[in-house]
Amino acid sequence: MKELVCIVCPRGCRLKVDEENGFAVTGNTCPRGAEYGRNEISNPTRVLTSTVRITGALYPRCPVKTDKAVPKGMLRDIMKKLNVVSLTSPVAAGTVVLENVDGNGANVIVTKDL
Amino acid sequence: MYDLIIVGGGPAGLAAANSAWENGLKKILIVERDKEPGGILNQCIHNGFGLHRFKEELTGPEYAGRFIKMVGNTGVEIMTDTMVLEINKEHEVHVISAAEGYRVLKAKSIVLAMGCRERTRGAIAIPGDRPAGVFTAGSAQRYLNMEGYMVGKRVVILGSGDIGLIMARRMTLEGAKVLACVEVMPYSGGLMRNIVQCLQDWDIPLYLSHTITDIKAENGRVSHVTVMEVGADRSPVPGTEMEFDCDTVLLSVGLIPENELTRSAGIEMDPRTNGAVVYENMETSVPGIFACGNVVHVHDLVDYVSAESERAGAAAAKYVLDAPGDDPVTPVHAGSDVGYTVPMKIRADRIDKAADVFFRVRRVFGSSMIEVSANGETLLTYKRDHMAPGEMEHILLPRKVLDKAAGRDITISAKEAE
Amino acid sequence: MIYDVAVIGCGVIGAAAAFELSKYDISLLVLEKENDIAMGATRANSAIIHAGYDPKPGTLMAELNVKGNAMAEQLCRDLSVPFERVGSLVLAFSDDEMDTVRELYRRGTENGVPGIRILTADEVFAMEPEVSREVRGALYAPSAGIINPWDYAIAFAETAVVNGAELKRRAKVTGIEKRDGSYLLRTAAGDFEARYVINAAGTGSEAIHNMVAEKSFTMMPNRGEYYLLDKCEGARASHVLFQCPNQDGKGVLISPTVGGNLIVGPNAVATDEPDRPLNTASGMAFVREKAAKTMPSLTYRNSIRNFSGIRANTDRDEFQIGIAAENFIDLAGIKSPGLSSAPAIALKAVELLKKCGLAAEIRSGAVTTRKKVRFRNLDEEGRRAVIRENPLYGRIICRCETVTEGEIVDAIHSPIPPCSVDGIKRRAGTGMGRCQGGFCGPRVVEILRRELGIGALEILQDGDGSFILKNETKTEVDG
Repeated sequence: MKELVCIVCPRGCRLKVDEENGFAVTGNTCPRGAEYGRNEISNPTRVLTSTVRITGALYPRCPVKTDKAVPKGMLRDIMKKLNVVSLTSPVAAGTVVLENVDGNGANVIVTKDL
Repeated sequence: MYDLIIVGGGPAGLAAANSAWENGLKKILIVERDKEPGGILNQCIHNGFGLHRFKEELTGPEYAGRFIKMVGNTGVEIMTDTMVLEINKEHEVHVISAAEGYRVLKAKSIVLAMGCRERTRGAIAIPGDRPAGVFTAGSAQRYLNMEGYMVGKRVVILGSGDIGLIMARRMTLEGAKVLACVEVMPYSGGLMRNIVQCLQDWDIPLYLSHTITDIKAENGRVSHVTVMEVGADRSPVPGTEMEFDCDTVLLSVGLIPENELTRSAGIEMDPRTNGAVVYENMETSVPGIFACGNVVHVHDLVDYVSAESERAGAAAAKYVLDAPGDDPVTPVHAGSDVGYTVPMKIRADRIDKAADVFFRVRRVFGSSMIEVSANGETLLTYKRDHMAPGEMEHILLPRKVLDKAAGRDITISAKEAE
Repeated sequence: MIYDVAVIGCGVIGAAAAFELSKYDISLLVLEKENDIAMGATRANSAIIHAGYDPKPGTLMAELNVKGNAMAEQLCRDLSVPFERVGSLVLAFSDDEMDTVRELYRRGTENGVPGIRILTADEVFAMEPEVSREVRGALYAPSAGIINPWDYAIAFAETAVVNGAELKRRAKVTGIEKRDGSYLLRTAAGDFEARYVINAAGTGSEAIHNMVAEKSFTMMPNRGEYYLLDKCEGARASHVLFQCPNQDGKGVLISPTVGGNLIVGPNAVATDEPDRPLNTASGMAFVREKAAKTMPSLTYRNSIRNFSGIRANTDRDEFQIGIAAENFIDLAGIKSPGLSSAPAIALKAVELLKKCGLAAEIRSGAVTTRKKVRFRNLDEEGRRAVIRENPLYGRIICRCETVTEGEIVDAIHSPIPPCSVDGIKRRAGTGMGRCQGGFCGPRVVEILRRELGIGALEILQDGDGSFILKNETKTEVDG
């Protein structure tokens, strides 16, 4: 039995995950919590948020994120990939700047019209 | 003459504008001091915003972007790069900008949405040298996320407020070593999820009941800090010194509503929130002047800021269009272990179904309850599994309970479950 | 070239001396060890122009304080330096202290302090409703004032530079050689030669003195720590509120500032690190404890800053002013009331130089005034007018102190251009307020960068080495 705090939303439910019982989750208040509990023990993932260079905009950096959660262990590798990205204004929120960064279909997308 | 002037184009101002428009006001102006609307969300590039409001997890710029688009589809005017210098009870708004100079604008109603600022080193009197390298977490965040600069390489964070936690992860990802997060209280000031994904994910130690007792400089920049455990009275315990070799101290030690305009307009203030005293519809002591968002009380989630600001915007519209009269007032008091309440006054006659009441508890609770009482008579209780000062509490106070109070003051208290 | 006069040190004393000398037809050099002027005791003190009842009658301290106080008002008007003659009270909490108050009254009268009188407790309460009810009476000195001390020095120095004085910063004097009819000054910025030298080196003045003369006094630097409270606390006192002086100095005071804040402090602790103005937990606790005696209701909930300053105290109960060697003038060991005395000390310096043989005539056309836009202090009409003249006065950068981009640009292009964010702070007032530069800091960095054409990483917070930004993100291609 592993105890952890759910981070899906700010509520912070205290979950219990039973690894020996098919990762059964208790303590959650929504189905997303159950999913988080299972994943967090078997394959923890996170959404990565960062910036990339941009020229011609109000500021020299443009915020980006992965459009889905990626394996925790890959975050630093994806950060390195962002170092070589350089955008030119204007860009729209949602624009893909890097495709399939985790080998599993996650793209890095712009999060602000800039 | 504007129907409504909104001071501040962050999440509060944008939501208030949108709601005032939807409720029938046509001549609405947002005055924003920065070069773009969106406020502090523009630098909060992390995700976690919008779960309540949009049922999905957005980053700060995305959340702001939704509201900017909504407002863009209305006739609301946004004046950027413009500062409000003064407002008064006659609803005059003095503004200046490089482009338009000094102007005095008039409005039928005003919404104050100036947000908050961070507490600084001066507010908490950290001893030691006074070198460069001591930043509030928010200014370091602006440098990092908008300007593209790291403020340091080896970081100690004082305070476990959310911005500090978020910056621990951001700076780690950008190559800094975050050595410790130090919190004087025995519990964290930030959201639990941020402790998990910003500190625990990156093996950053959280020292609860500890504080920084000395900052040392070399050549004008931070070189070391001393961290000590504190006792129950929050004073350092001798013999517990730990020294960290670092070039940066980030402070995440609380936020203060930014109410200089409010004060100078002679609006009644609440010393507990450092914000204006407000009624159930976010109206201040000056008729037709409303306030919403972090300028009233510091929120934990922007979703609640939006909801509160929409109520303020709607109320401003009602004020302009319906000119409501005087209604009896029920004062709301913070009882045991409750720090404050917003609103502080409720006009029951203006409540349809229920009044939103927000507050923060003063200590951590497990299984517990919120009690609403009038002169010692319990009117209603709400169950909670967990409450903490870092998390804002919210209850809906039904109209019929307000009617039951019948002219008596209402008190809201937090208690262990019975 | 050989300068006629070199001034070592550009705190308020060196700056005031340079200002006076710059009115003459001489070549003038000012040497400052830091990257900006007014970086020592001048920028961290009680910001008071004392009335002059404290010093013993007959001392230079008494004479120059009273004279400097009298000069301050006109000088500040001419040079656009914030100054208000708010008056001071020395509070007595016992019969013994009433004796001290009477003694100070006698001294003040003898020193020629105008308008002083002894107040009853009720008179004090009427003037200062928040002071402790334990007060028995007070000495009232209407001529005492409050000032922006670093701006006083900057105004003097800027005007001297406008009049042709050459200022070298980062020019710490490391050695002095007597030559035939001149001194060779070895500095971190190269060698300079001057016929006459003024030693105004603050806590460094003993070392400079000892380079040309026998040791005649011992520097005993003394640290004083302060609280600065938000403007919302500024109205708690309308006069400078002293307690009775003791052997450690004038004690802990509470005073309004010209910026509208409340200042509380200082303590007095001997230090052997004259370049290290640090705050200590014990020092701040001492200040709080002593201030509570004057004003029990005072809280530090709205504290916006702590700071400390190191005073150039010596083993002598007197300024060390005089001819130290041939053509070499000491303005040394200038402790409190040094700020108050500064313009009078400057006149004294000129007098001593003339005594040494400096032949100089007042130069026609010498500038003795300075103009400065302070947007915050303008009325609505004034604000409209300056924005019409320059739209940058219409953009507020420092929201707490209402400082405009125009004022920041003015500061950057002033006669002594600052190279740091705090240099802008000292000239334009940015970051002085409740957010302490949290909001305006990044924007000031951006403006400095733009106006100076330098990289953001080069911009300093304050002294050399005090970098703000460590590196640019997204530059490590190979990780």
